[in-house]
Amino acid sequence: MKNLKTTLIHLLLVAGIAVVVGPFVYMILTSLTTDNYSLPSPHKLMTDTKSLDNFAQAWGKNHFQLYFMNSLLVTGATMLFSLALSSCMAYAFARFPFPGKELLFRLFVFTLFVPAIINIIPQFTILKALHLVDRFPGLILLYVGSGLVGSTFFLRGFFERIPRELEESIVIDGGGRFTIFRSIYIPLSLPALGTLAIFSFQGTWDEFVVALTVMKSEAHRTLPVALQLFRGQYVSFYGLFFAASIIALIPTIIVFLVFQKQFVQANLSDGSIKN
Amino acid sequence: MRRALNQYAQVSPYLAVGFALTIAFVLYPMVKGMYISFFHYNVIKPDTSEAAGFGNFGRVFGDPMIGTALRNSILLALVTVPGQWIVGVMLALLIQVKTVRLKVVWRLVYYIPVISSWIVVSYLFRFLFADGHEGFINYLLVDMLHLIGEPIGWLQNTWSANLVIWLVSIWKGVGWVMVLYLAALQSIPQSLYEAAEIDGAKPATTFLQITLPLVRPLTAYVLINLINGAIQAFIQVYAITQGGPMDTTQLLNTYLYKQAFQYFDFGYASAISVCLGVFIFALTYTQQRSIGRDRIEY
Repeated sequence: MKNLKTTLIHLLLVAGIAVVVGPFVYMILTSLTTDNYSLPSPHKLMTDTKSLDNFAQAWGKNHFQLYFMNSLLVTGATMLFSLALSSCMAYAFARFPFPGKELLFRLFVFTLFVPAIINIIPQFTILKALHLVDRFPGLILLYVGSGLVGSTFFLRGFFERIPRELEESIVIDGGGRFTIFRSIYIPLSLPALGTLAIFSFQGTWDEFVVALTVMKSEAHRTLPVALQLFRGQYVSFYGLFFAASIIALIPTIIVFLVFQKQFVQANLSDGSIKN
Repeated sequence: MRRALNQYAQVSPYLAVGFALTIAFVLYPMVKGMYISFFHYNVIKPDTSEAAGFGNFGRVFGDPMIGTALRNSILLALVTVPGQWIVGVMLALLIQVKTVRLKVVWRLVYYIPVISSWIVVSYLFRFLFADGHEGFINYLLVDMLHLIGEPIGWLQNTWSANLVIWLVSIWKGVGWVMVLYLAALQSIPQSLYEAAEIDGAKPATTFLQITLPLVRPLTAYVLINLINGAIQAFIQVYAITQGGPMDTTQLLNTYLYKQAFQYFDFGYASAISVCLGVFIFALTYTQQRSIGRDRIEY
C-alpha cells in the first residue's frame, strides 16, 4: 500500500516533468536543426541531422554579443543598486520609529497593485528631463526605482523577525545604527537577500517593454528586445531564434545555481509559521 | 514636534535615496498619469495638449473593446491565480512526502520555467500551438494520439487563444509557488502531523486544519504576488496573439499599450489605466488592511 502510493506519486511527478520540460526539448531540437524556412514539423525535428550551426550564427551575427553585454551590464548594476537601497529602506521601515511610517508603507504597497505599464509615459518624460533617455544610467535608474517597493516589502518582514537582543552587543561596544545594520541585519538576512538577488536578476534580464520604449538606438538594445527583432531579420528564423534564446537563458541559470543554496533554505519558512 | 524631526533625521540616511527614486519613478508617474488622463495629450509638445475634461473617461465607458479587454483581464486572473496556486501547492505536497526521492531534482526541474524569460517562453508556446500539422500540439493530438481528426487553429479562435495564454501563465508560475511552499512545509514541526495521525485525521483534513492555517502569512504573500502578476500580465498576449483574432484576446494592459504607443493616444490610455487602478483599489481595499496585519506576523 505504502509502496504503491510512493510509486504513484513518482509517476505523477514524472508526468508533470514531461509537461514542464517538453516545451524546452522542442526548443532545443528546433535550435539544432537548420534550413527552417517555415516552422519545422515535429517529424523533421526527430529525423533531421543535428548541428550547432544556429548557435554559432546566433552568437556571431546581429550584434548578439553586444546586446548580451548590454544586458549583463544593466542587469548587474540594477541588481546591486536595488539590493543595497532596498535593504536600507527595509531596515528603516523595520527598526526606526517615525511619524507616518505605516501610512507611507501602505501607500507603497498600494502602488504594487497599480498597473505599471502606463507609468512608462511619465517615467519617460522624467528620463527626458534628466537627459537620460537612451542611456544606460537612465534605464538602470528606472529599473531600480520601479522595483524598490516590492523588494522593500519583501525584506522588511525578514528584518523584523531578527531579535532585537542581538543588537545589544553592538551597542555595548559603542557601535551605531549603521554598524548594527551592517554586522547583524545584513549577514542574518543573506538567504532573503540571495532570493531577492535571483528575483531581481530574473526580472531585469527578462524585462522587455521598458527597454523597448526607453532605449532607442540599436547599439543600446538589451537581449529581450534584440531577440524579438530576430524575427524580422532572417528567413530561417526559427532555429536561430531558439538558439539565441537558449544562450540568453544561460546567465539566469548560472545566477540561479550560484544563489540556489540561499534559495533552498529559503527562509520565508522561518517566519511564515505562526507561533 | 522636535522628537519627530529628530526621528526623521535619524531615518533619512536609510530612506532618502530610495524614497526619492520611488517618488520619481513610481508615485510621480502615477499622479502624472491621472493628470494626463484629463487631456488630449500631445507627447511631442506636451504644452500644446488640449484639456479634455472627462472626455477620455466618457470614451472608456463607451468603448466596446473595453468590455472585451476587461473580461479577458478578469478571466486571466480568475483562471491563472487559482490555477498556479493549486498546482503549485499540490506539487509541494507531493514532493514533501517522506518517501519521495530526489527532492532537489524535482524542485530544480519544476523551477526551470520560472527562471526562463517571458518573451522566449511566449514565443515558444506560440510555436507549439501553431496551426496545422506543423504545430507540435496539433501533431501530438492528431497524428500521434489520434484524439482529434483535424488540427485546431489554436490562435485563430478567441477562446482557444485565451486558453493558450492561460496555459503559459500557469505553466510559468507553478514552480514559484511550489518552491515557496516547499520551504514553508519543511519548517512545520513533524509532531503536529504525528498527533493528527494518531487522532485518525484524513490527509485532506490535516492539510486544511493544520498546514494551511500555519502557512497563512505565506499564502497572503503568494496570493498578492500572483494577483499582482495577473494585473501586470502583458508579454504573453503581446507575443502570442497581439490581441488577435480581431482584438478579442486583448487585456486592458495590452489594449492601453496599443492606444498609447500605436495610436499615441496617451490621454485615453491613461484614462483606461486610472479606471483600472480605481477598480483594483476598490477590489482590494478590504484585503489591504488584513495584508498590513499579516505582514507583522511574518
